[in-house]
Amino acid sequence: MSLKNARIKRILLVALLSATAGVVSASLQAQTKTLLNVSYDPTRELYQDYNPEFAKYWQEKTGERVRVNQSHGGSGSQARSVIDGLEADIVTLALAYDIDAVSAFSGKVPADWQSKLPDNSSPYTSTIVFLVRKGNPKGIQDWDDLVQPGVGVITPNPKTSGGARWNYLAAWGYALQQPGGSAASAQEFVSALYKNVVVLDSGARGSTTTFVQRGVGDVFISWENEAFLAVNELGPENFEIIVPSVSILAEPPVTVVNGNAERRGTLEVATAYLEYLYSEAGQRIAAKHYYRPRHPELAAPEDIARFPEVETFTIDELFGGWTKAQADHFSDGGIFDQIYGL
Amino acid sequence: MSTLTGTTRFERNPATREEKWVKWTLLTLSLSFFILFLILPLVSVFFEALRRGWEVYLLSITEETALAAIRLTLLIAFISVPLNLVFGVSAAWLIAKHDFRGKQLLTTFIDLPFSISPVIVGLMYVLIFGANGWFGAWLLEHNIRIIFAVPGIVLATIFVTFPFVARELIPLMQAQGRDEEEAAIVLGANGWQTFWYVTLPNIKWGLLYGVILSNARAMGEFGAVSVVSGKIRGQTNTMPLHVEILYNEYNFAAAFAVASLLAMLALFTLIIKTWVEHRASHPAAAHLLPPEINPLSIQKSTT
Repeated sequence: MSLKNARIKRILLVALLSATAGVVSASLQAQTKTLLNVSYDPTRELYQDYNPEFAKYWQEKTGERVRVNQSHGGSGSQARSVIDGLEADIVTLALAYDIDAVSAFSGKVPADWQSKLPDNSSPYTSTIVFLVRKGNPKGIQDWDDLVQPGVGVITPNPKTSGGARWNYLAAWGYALQQPGGSAASAQEFVSALYKNVVVLDSGARGSTTTFVQRGVGDVFISWENEAFLAVNELGPENFEIIVPSVSILAEPPVTVVNGNAERRGTLEVATAYLEYLYSEAGQRIAAKHYYRPRHPELAAPEDIARFPEVETFTIDELFGGWTKAQADHFSDGGIFDQIYGL
Repeated sequence: MSTLTGTTRFERNPATREEKWVKWTLLTLSLSFFILFLILPLVSVFFEALRRGWEVYLLSITEETALAAIRLTLLIAFISVPLNLVFGVSAAWLIAKHDFRGKQLLTTFIDLPFSISPVIVGLMYVLIFGANGWFGAWLLEHNIRIIFAVPGIVLATIFVTFPFVARELIPLMQAQGRDEEEAAIVLGANGWQTFWYVTLPNIKWGLLYGVILSNARAMGEFGAVSVVSGKIRGQTNTMPLHVEILYNEYNFAAAFAVASLLAMLALFTLIIKTWVEHRASHPAAAHLLPPEINPLSIQKSTT
C-alpha cells in the first residue's frame, strides 16, 4: 500500500512539475508579441516561410520580438471562426467575399477594407489551370475539352469551397467571352462541365487528394499554386499542368482585423506584417510558393519563369464584384443550385 | 478451463456438432473480415509511417508543433478524464443506490453524448461561448477565452466522454444491490466510509475499465474538438487535428507517424483493458488481492 502511495505521489509530482513548466514557458512567451494569422488551406507553406522572415525584419527594425501563429482551414469556415470569436489579428483568405462576411457580421473589419492596401489588398494572385495525368491522355488543352463526353472532371463544391468559386467563375467567364457568348450560353457550358464532375469534394485539398492520391478523374481544375505544389510534392513524372487560353485572375485578399488588433495592441505590427508582403522579401517568398507576385521584378527571375503567360479577366470586369457574383451564382436557389441540383 | 470443456462437449455431441466445412467456412469468413477491416488498416498506418525510415519518423514526432499537439492531447485527457471520473461515480452511485423522481430521465440524459454527432457538440459550445453566443460579450469584457482555446477543447472533450464511466458503473452497481452498503450503515459506518470501504472496492475494476475507455476517446476525439479548436498551430491543435493538417500538407510520412502514435496509445489502452478484464474475472488472480476486494464477487454481476 505504501509503495503504491509513493508511486502515486511521484506521478502527481511529475504532473505538477510539468504544469509549472507550462506556466513558466507561457510567461516567457508573453514577452514577445504574438500575431494570429487566420488563413485558408493552400497558404500553409507560404506563411511557414514568410513568418520567420517577417519576425527577423521586425526585430531589426523595432527591436521587438514577434511570433506569428497560423491557423488554416477552408476559407469560409475560417471566416466563420473569426466571426465566432477566433482572435485573428490578420486574415488572409481565398476570396474577398469571406472578408466581407467578417466585416458584416463581426464589425471588426471596416467595410472599405479592400482599399486599405494596394492592388485590391491582394499582394499575390493566382489563376485557374488544369492538372492532368502525364502525357495528357485525354488531350485536354482548353475549357472546351472539359465538357467532352467521357472526360472525368475533379473540382470542389463551390457552395462550400471558396477556392472552387474561382474555378466555376473562370469556366463561366470563358464561355461568356466566346464569340456569340451570353449568360444563357455560359450557363449551358457550365452545367455541361459540372455534369462531367466525378467527385465534388467539399474543399480544395480534398479534391487534390481525390485526383492525386486516389487517382480519380482525368482533369483537376485547380488554382495554379495548388497545381504546382501537387506536381512538385507528389511527382512531376505523374502529372502535367495545362494552362487554358483564358482564365480568371484569382485575388486572395489580406486585411488586418482592426477590432481584434486594437484590443490586443497589435495594430501596428499587424499592419506592418501585411505591408511587408508587398516588399522584395514578401514578393520573393510568394513567387517561391507558386503565387504570382504583384511585382514580378522583385521576385527571383527563375521563379517568375515558371509562370506561363495567360490572359486573365477579373471578377469585377465580368461579374460586377463578389457580392453580386455570390448572390447570382452561389446563393440558395442561385444558378449553381439550378444547374447542379437537378 | 470451463470454456475448453464446454467446447469439447459440444463437438462430441452429434446433435450440436457442425460439419467440418461449415466450421472452416465460418472461420475463414470471420478471420478474413477481421484481417481486411481491422488488422490491415492498422498495419498500413505503421507501414506508411516508417516508409521513409526511422529518422523521418522520429523527426516528425519530435518536431515542435507535433510535440505541442502531443502535450495538448495529454493535457486535455489529464483534465477531462478525472472530472468525468468524479461525475461518473457520483452519477452511478446516485442512480444505482438511490430512488428519486426523474431517475429514468437522468439515466437517459447521461446517454445523450452518445447520440449527438460530435460536430453538433462543437457547434453548441460555439453558440454558447462564441463571440455572438449567449455569454460571448460578457466573456470578451472579462477577457476570458473559452472557444478557440484550451478550455473550449476541454469542454467539448468532457461532453463526448461524459457517459463512459457512468455507463460502465450503473449496471454493475445495480447488480450488486444495496445489501452491503446497508449492512455497513447498520454497523455504524458513515456515508463516506461506506463509499470508501464498501462500494469503491466492489466497483474498482469496472471503474478502471470506464476510465480507460473515456481516456481513449478523449485522446482520439476529432469532430467536436475540430469545431472549437480554431486550429492554431502549436497552440490549439490536438493530435488528431495535427494528423489531418500534416496529411493535407502532403506530409504523409509525418501524418502517419503521428497517427501511429495515436494508434499505439489505442493498442496500449486495449492491452490494459484486456489485463483489467482478466484481472477482474480470473479466479487464479484472486488470492493476490486483499479479501475485501475479491473480484470473484464482481464476476457474477459482470458476466
